Amino acid sequence: MSPPPPPIVNTVNLVKIYQNGGVPVPAVRGVDLQVEAGQFVAVMGPSGSGKSTLVHMIGGLDARTSGEIWLDGRRADTLSESAWALLRRQKIGFVFQFFNLVANMTVADNVELPALLAGASPREARERREYLLGELGLADRADAAPAQLAGGEQQRVALARALANRPSLLLADEPTGNLDSRNTRDVLRLLSEVHRDGQTIIMVTHDARVASLADRVVSLLDGEIVDDGAVGPARRRPRATAGDVVELRG
Amino acid sequence: MRQSLLALLAKEPAHGYELKQALEQIFGSAYPSPNIGQIYVTLSRLEKDGLVRVVDVEQSNRPNKKVYYLTAAGREALDVWVDEPTEGPRVRDEFFMKLVLAPMTGIADRMALISRQRRHYLALMRDLNELAERTDQGNRVALLLIEGAMMHLQADLDWLERCQEDLS
Ligand SMILES: Nc1ncnc2c1ncn2[C@@H]1O[C@H](COP(=O)(O)OP(=O)(O)OP(=O)(O)O)[C@@H](O)[C@H]1O
Ligand SMILES: [Mg+2]
Repeated sequence: MSPPPPPIVNTVNLVKIYQNGGVPVPAVRGVDLQVEAGQFVAVMGPSGSGKSTLVHMIGGLDARTSGEIWLDGRRADTLSESAWALLRRQKIGFVFQFFNLVANMTVADNVELPALLAGASPREARERREYLLGELGLADRADAAPAQLAGGEQQRVALARALANRPSLLLADEPTGNLDSRNTRDVLRLLSEVHRDGQTIIMVTHDARVASLADRVVSLLDGEIVDDGAVGPARRRPRATAGDVVELRG
Repeated sequence: MRQSLLALLAKEPAHGYELKQALEQIFGSAYPSPNIGQIYVTLSRLEKDGLVRVVDVEQSNRPNKKVYYLTAAGREALDVWVDEPTEGPRVRDEFFMKLVLAPMTGIADRMALISRQRRHYLALMRDLNELAERTDQGNRVALLLIEGAMMHLQADLDWLERCQEDLS
């Protein structure tokens, strides 16, 4: 029997301490997190609990203070910035909490760029972009500049951009934070599809609808994991919590 | 259910089974579907309170059917109900009691209680997601009910997070 494949993400006692005017701010305090290929993990926790810091470190966008990061069985925390950039281009899609779209490029170009950088043909990049923007209800905004879009639209463009390369690992920081419920539904549909295709997703979210679709929910508090487990089936009790409004029937 | 029956009867007189069908059609899978017995029990209470009146309608080859009408008093009760402001949702109390009293019992760790409750809410949310998917997308009433339940659940989760921050 061949050994089981290594987890796609493995952090070992991962620590991040920011310096704030000489004062150390511990943001992530010894996180051990293993994510298997194909898993969909939601990361929840109060504001300031270290969620963004954690996913930034996993994506190589923020340097760790101590500990180790392994991606696909390879040590990653010791990589140079250019090696990280290459790794991201090949394997990782990142959706930032605050979008980070390229301001002087159209929506279409923002979404196509990562695919082109990764070596896709212009035609492949365009077809992928048309598909993603279509799924997210943005087909008619392709030629707009990011500044002309509403926050929720920019957020969906950022998600399309992150998925342009079909990354094996999607890191998403609050990808539905600015969306109304209809747009959240579009995003959920696309994420479910991505998940079904076998991509690994680690997603920071406050949105319980989004988190409830995950295979597993990791809760952070003060930079530490305080809970980590699968979202199970609801226990059916005579009066379910939501039952005052809606009775849940099997 | 009293008010929903009064409201249906305000539209037109009906017999018990028609009322049951109308409720199912309006609310779909998103609302507990009352059984016919519950409907008749409620109707007879409404009749005793003078809010509805029942008339036996003869049918050829069949037993008489009882058709219910709204009375003037029933109409008034319905108007009062619709006009008055509706109570907001109660704060989820039983879990809060557990959380506050946990340290006194010496058995439950508060963080463990919160984590377990969070998983439970997420599981309920997953059920609601599935319910929303199963629901006919044309049934706006059912979908809005489900969405409302989701929003309440989200508020419960946000509040749980506040408890976790402040009690840890
Ligand atoms: N660049 C920085 N310099 C100094 N401190 C920082 C920096 N970035 C984050 N922090 C601090 O690190 C802690 C964790 O921040 P982080 O952004 O990871 O939290 P979060 O869980 O993502 O919160 P939110 O839900 O508000 O996005 C906070 O106390 C924050 O103030
Ligand atoms: Mg954040």
